[in-house]
Amino acid sequence: MAQEKKKSKFQIFTNGLIKENPVLVLVIGTCPTLATSTSVETGFGMGIAATAVLICSNIVISALHKLIPDKVRIPCFITVIAGFVTIVQMLLQAFVPSLYSALGLYLPLIVVNCIILGRAEMFASKNGILDSALDGAGMGLGFTLTLCIMGSIREILGSGTWLAGDWFGLATGFKGIQLQAALGVPGMGIMTMVPGGFFVFACVMAAVHYFTRDKSKIRNSFGCDGCSMQSVCSDDKKAAEKKQEGAA
Amino acid sequence: MIAKIIIILISMVTVDNFPLSQFLGICPFLGVSTDLDSAKGMGIAVTFVMTLATIVTWPVQQLLDKLGIGYLQTVAFILIIAALVQFIEMFMKKNMPALYKGMGIYLPLITTNCAVLGVCIDNINNGYNFAESIAQAFGGGLGFWFALTIMAGVRSKLQDQSRIPKSFQGVPIVLTTASILSLAFLGFQGLFG
Repeated sequence: MAQEKKKSKFQIFTNGLIKENPVLVLVIGTCPTLATSTSVETGFGMGIAATAVLICSNIVISALHKLIPDKVRIPCFITVIAGFVTIVQMLLQAFVPSLYSALGLYLPLIVVNCIILGRAEMFASKNGILDSALDGAGMGLGFTLTLCIMGSIREILGSGTWLAGDWFGLATGFKGIQLQAALGVPGMGIMTMVPGGFFVFACVMAAVHYFTRDKSKIRNSFGCDGCSMQSVCSDDKKAAEKKQEGAA
Repeated sequence: MIAKIIIILISMVTVDNFPLSQFLGICPFLGVSTDLDSAKGMGIAVTFVMTLATIVTWPVQQLLDKLGIGYLQTVAFILIIAALVQFIEMFMKKNMPALYKGMGIYLPLITTNCAVLGVCIDNINNGYNFAESIAQAFGGGLGFWFALTIMAGVRSKLQDQSRIPKSFQGVPIVLTTASILSLAFLGFQGLFG
């Protein structure tokens, strides 16, 4: 905690962007990353929607954390997050219907995005309002950045375009960069499908490992560091182990 | 009617397999697939919670629609799932300690499993009736268990990491494995015309 307090506002913000990037370093929030990164447009839309929810829920939870009893904190956090997700859902349905239909099922599923509950549990419930908002913005933008990188790779290889789409009705004249037409090479459809998603994610993670190999240890396990249920889970594991010892 | 339910069941295990075809429940799929025992515990727990959650959420959606507050779907469903998981855990701890030891530790993780909330919302979006919804949830759980077991089997052979390129050790090789597995599941596409 003492170390965390020394962090400047700027460091809190950039922490989520690179050093603790939620998807690439903490390996949480993988479902929406894989599902919505078929093109830059949907990936960016998902990232922004999740960022909005993350900032708002972080602010509310950090403001309320003294009032919420420790034992029921997870249901309380989930309720706050679900409220903001509903707001975002209704706003998108009203103003950006194309994004609403593109994200489909994954929009309500922002509720169970581990990044949001994880940040509520690990950061917002321990820090002030401004710090929590900055942390939310940094983590959200880190998530968006990853989605855009994955979306770019999958869109270029899979559809042969880049930044295509009408960008939620904002850029109707803009057709994106048509690489396929320019180079005459057909896209690999598999990259926009499920196997391509896993494979691109694997390659991006391997690249991250390659570039950070001197600075950090290679991660062999998934997400427990960033998992929102870590405290519940490990407590239960300890209890189960104790029980086993008692039985033996 | 029966034929449709069987088709839903089979397609949820193969064509629409949650982790490998729909990107739902990836976190536990990658996180708990380290050995076959934990894959079994997690698979049973997810199947159980998914089916129960559908049994509760489907009537609740009818109630919400009747009252004209269908927009509360997300809030209502996640609270029901969270409460249900908590309740099952408490019940199991007290009355079925043997079972609790086997799958109890996975229960809290299921609250944030997107496949559970996903299947509840998907049932409503697809306009399924009660029996079809239960078939979809149960089939989805079985499919999750199926994929988790295959993955755990493959990963237990991957233990020796000496021949894997250094950058690919750990998470990336598991994702590559998942990619090849999902390629295999792509072969189920078109099973039902």
